[in-house]
Amino acid sequence: MLDTNQNNIQKRIRGRVLLNNVLKVLFFTSTTVGLIFLALLLYRVLTQGIGYLNGNFISNFPAPYPEEAGIFAGLIGSIMLIGIVAPVAIVIGVGTAIFLEEYAYKNRWTKFIQVNIQNLAGVPSIVYGLLGLTFFVYMLRFGYTLIAGGLTMALLVLPVIVVAAQEAIRSVPADIKEASYGMGASKWQTIRRVVLPAALPGILTGTILALSRAIGETAPLIIVGAATAIYTIPDSLLSKYTVMPIQIFNWTGRPQEEWQFVAAAGIIVLLIVLLLMNAIAVFIRNKF
Amino acid sequence: MEKAFKDETIDLDVQALIDNKRKKKSISGKIEKLVPAFLLLCASVSVLTTAGILFTLLRESITFFSSTSIFDFYTGTQWSPWSGHFGVLPLITGTLLITLIAAIVAVPLGLMSAIFLSEYASNRARKIIKPTLEVLAGIPTVVYGFFALTFVTPLLKSFLPGLGVFNALSAGIVVGIMIIPMIASLSEDAMNSVPNNLREGALALGATKLEVAFKVVLPAAFSGIMASIVLAISRAIGETMIVVIAAGASPALTFDPTRSIQTLTAFIVQGATGDTTFGSTIYYSIYAVGATLFIFTLLMNMLSQYISRKFREEY
Amino acid sequence: MQTITKNNQSAERPLGTGVKGTSVIKSEGTMEQNVFEINDLNLWYGNDQALYGIDMKVPQNKVTAIIGPSGCGKSTYLKTLNRMVEMVPTVKTSGSIKYKGEDIFSNKYGVEDLRTKVGMVFQKPNPFPKSIYDNVAYGPRVHGVKKKAVLDQVVEKSLKDAAIWDEVKDRLNENAFGLSGGQQQRICIARALAIEPDVILMDEPTSALDPISTLKVEELVQELKKKYSIIIVTHNMQQAARISDKTAFFLNGELIEFDDTDKLFSNPSDKRTEDYISGRFG
Ligand SMILES: Nc1ncnc2c1ncn2[C@@H]1O[C@H](COP(=O)(O)OP(=O)(O)O)[C@@H](O)[C@H]1O
Ligand SMILES: [Mg+2]
Repeated sequence: MLDTNQNNIQKRIRGRVLLNNVLKVLFFTSTTVGLIFLALLLYRVLTQGIGYLNGNFISNFPAPYPEEAGIFAGLIGSIMLIGIVAPVAIVIGVGTAIFLEEYAYKNRWTKFIQVNIQNLAGVPSIVYGLLGLTFFVYMLRFGYTLIAGGLTMALLVLPVIVVAAQEAIRSVPADIKEASYGMGASKWQTIRRVVLPAALPGILTGTILALSRAIGETAPLIIVGAATAIYTIPDSLLSKYTVMPIQIFNWTGRPQEEWQFVAAAGIIVLLIVLLLMNAIAVFIRNKF
Repeated sequence: MEKAFKDETIDLDVQALIDNKRKKKSISGKIEKLVPAFLLLCASVSVLTTAGILFTLLRESITFFSSTSIFDFYTGTQWSPWSGHFGVLPLITGTLLITLIAAIVAVPLGLMSAIFLSEYASNRARKIIKPTLEVLAGIPTVVYGFFALTFVTPLLKSFLPGLGVFNALSAGIVVGIMIIPMIASLSEDAMNSVPNNLREGALALGATKLEVAFKVVLPAAFSGIMASIVLAISRAIGETMIVVIAAGASPALTFDPTRSIQTLTAFIVQGATGDTTFGSTIYYSIYAVGATLFIFTLLMNMLSQYISRKFREEY
Repeated sequence: MQTITKNNQSAERPLGTGVKGTSVIKSEGTMEQNVFEINDLNLWYGNDQALYGIDMKVPQNKVTAIIGPSGCGKSTYLKTLNRMVEMVPTVKTSGSIKYKGEDIFSNKYGVEDLRTKVGMVFQKPNPFPKSIYDNVAYGPRVHGVKKKAVLDQVVEKSLKDAAIWDEVKDRLNENAFGLSGGQQQRICIARALAIEPDVILMDEPTSALDPISTLKVEELVQELKKKYSIIIVTHNMQQAARISDKTAFFLNGELIEFDDTDKLFSNPSDKRTEDYISGRFG
């Protein structure tokens, strides 16, 4: 009697263990789906694009024939765009973070700003495009120019930078702030000389991630009128411009198969730029 | 340096130096007052951005609704703006269809990945897999769109010959893959914050890891997981480039995933790039569509925040 | 006990925003010079009172030790003297604290000026994540001293005064985090000395250190009192007995007894002091 009971229990345990093992395999397989997708994507893009990726591709302007098309305008445009986004978003973003962490009283207003930033982070990027279209393109009469695109993007990545900077500032140990105040340093002196240097790696890492998001964004720039065909590089803030993702989008939409390869080559360049930025972020994180 | 130290001619009185410098302090005193004002200005930018978004969407939508009735807009089943039909339902169903497909892909895969990472994977495996998975989240959406159009669609077509070049299925699946890291990563965080003693208690009673995961960890991390799912779905609703590239531009009141459709976001792109003139009805219609999209995502985001606030109260 | 100390020049310095040469309010007629005169000091954290009616006169160029069991308000009291306690937003105080005759709570001069005169060394060594040189030069720089030659001199002098010059003189540009705990603490002392304060507040400066480092810091304190007035919190009674001239015993936020160290340890006048120093509690 006792024996059969034991047997039953043993059987049930074996069943449960089996189920556990089966599902473990399932869970693992599910995890690999994302990874396999990533690998496939990279493989496809590389094999399709590598043939078109050469010096000419980097240095050429758009052209009607796939062999002559190049991403130069987009590459320079993306870099110039970041040249606007970075200073604007970093100053305002880090400023906001300092304000919230060091100056603001912990009252309802501060809470409101905080929740507001959280919500902004969840607003679809295309809605920022609409904001930029009304505000920068039409109201401020910038037109479809570099500055309109840059400011729109700056607003878009602002919440990311604020949140990263806040975390970095919060993690500066209180005791070194005390040491500074204890020597008669004022609040701003303490922030500038102690808090910000100590928070810098975190701020930089977050900022680079935010900027790489700006480099990869397409939709809002379509709305604020980044052009697809540009034959000169922008020479002022009020120039027309294009960026890499827009060019890639444009090439992807063309029916002839060769343009796919051009698009893939463009994607490789875009991904290399992103990879470089992330490498810098990792380097900074490890160095400090 | 040593030389400077030997030069004992400077009579060192630091406090005297400080006192001298103090005369200049009126400047630094001003900085001390100006800085918070400047920082407040910075902080107000984000509030102004929100206000700007609300104002923009509201003002242009109101203009739109003065020529098209808001009732017709939200109940109309035909969206063909160039021939004057502004019934937004096809765009909404298009968005829902994409979101649904994405959720069907991402929720189970994301959750199972999270369970694997949190409950089964070794520390080392997790340290490698999690960041790699997050790379997916850093890939520009235009790249996903390209991949959906040129790889996923042809691949699916070999199983489903009736599939169009532009279709909801391929776009939806790829949107789903894109949001996997969001669900996996945030859910894993939630599961990880479940105290270990809960797990150990159950394991000590002879439960398998599977039983621990489903009976202990998932219930305890439930709201964190839900919040991550809602957030990811909100992301899918607002996704633009993948659908623009892979799902086409044919507004259709359909839930047939093999067909081309158009989402709210995709129309905004179409409306803003076509030969739309500033001030035309179509121009205003993109704001009405934008406002609709904004409301959807705002609700989802607030829901997610509400859930995760409750989550924080639990511990 | 009646010592006439008036040989220190730093005592003559003007306080606050005064330009050098402004006369100090001298307590004419008193035989002993005090740096701090505390009258009926009460302090609350929110609604919880942490200090009760403290009266104390802190002598100049002496080491004053503050002892008492954990949580009795020693740190709070110390941080009140340079108004660091106000970093906690809920803090309220009543009573008066006079530093060299001037009320530190008055609006006449800012906390920054007070803290330039009343330096502080903390319980846990807290160097900045910067080079040794930049750590020590921090104070002078903050107060506007920029000349490299002057800074070089200040850094060397402060490091020498903190008895750590020989150990670090060859690696002034290395990060201070690379030093041992004891060395870090002496860097922190050097950092405080660099702006030549009059008073140095030390909050259990050796509690995080090993015995040898502790000994070094104790010797240093003895050396420093020639030039500075030192107030040191310790919950190590032997340490108080070894290094201080006067000792204050705190209990539950009250100052129970304040006397010459020899007297307090050999012949305390309060039963509670006796209980504490004989190890009956705390
Ligand atoms: N930041 C604070 N907020 C509220 N209460 C505090 C704070 N710091 C200290 N206290 C309280 O004040 C009392 C004295 O603390 P403290 O001065 O740190 O004592 P000690 O240094 O003698 O150990 C304690 O009861 C402590 O709980
Ligand atoms: Mg203490």
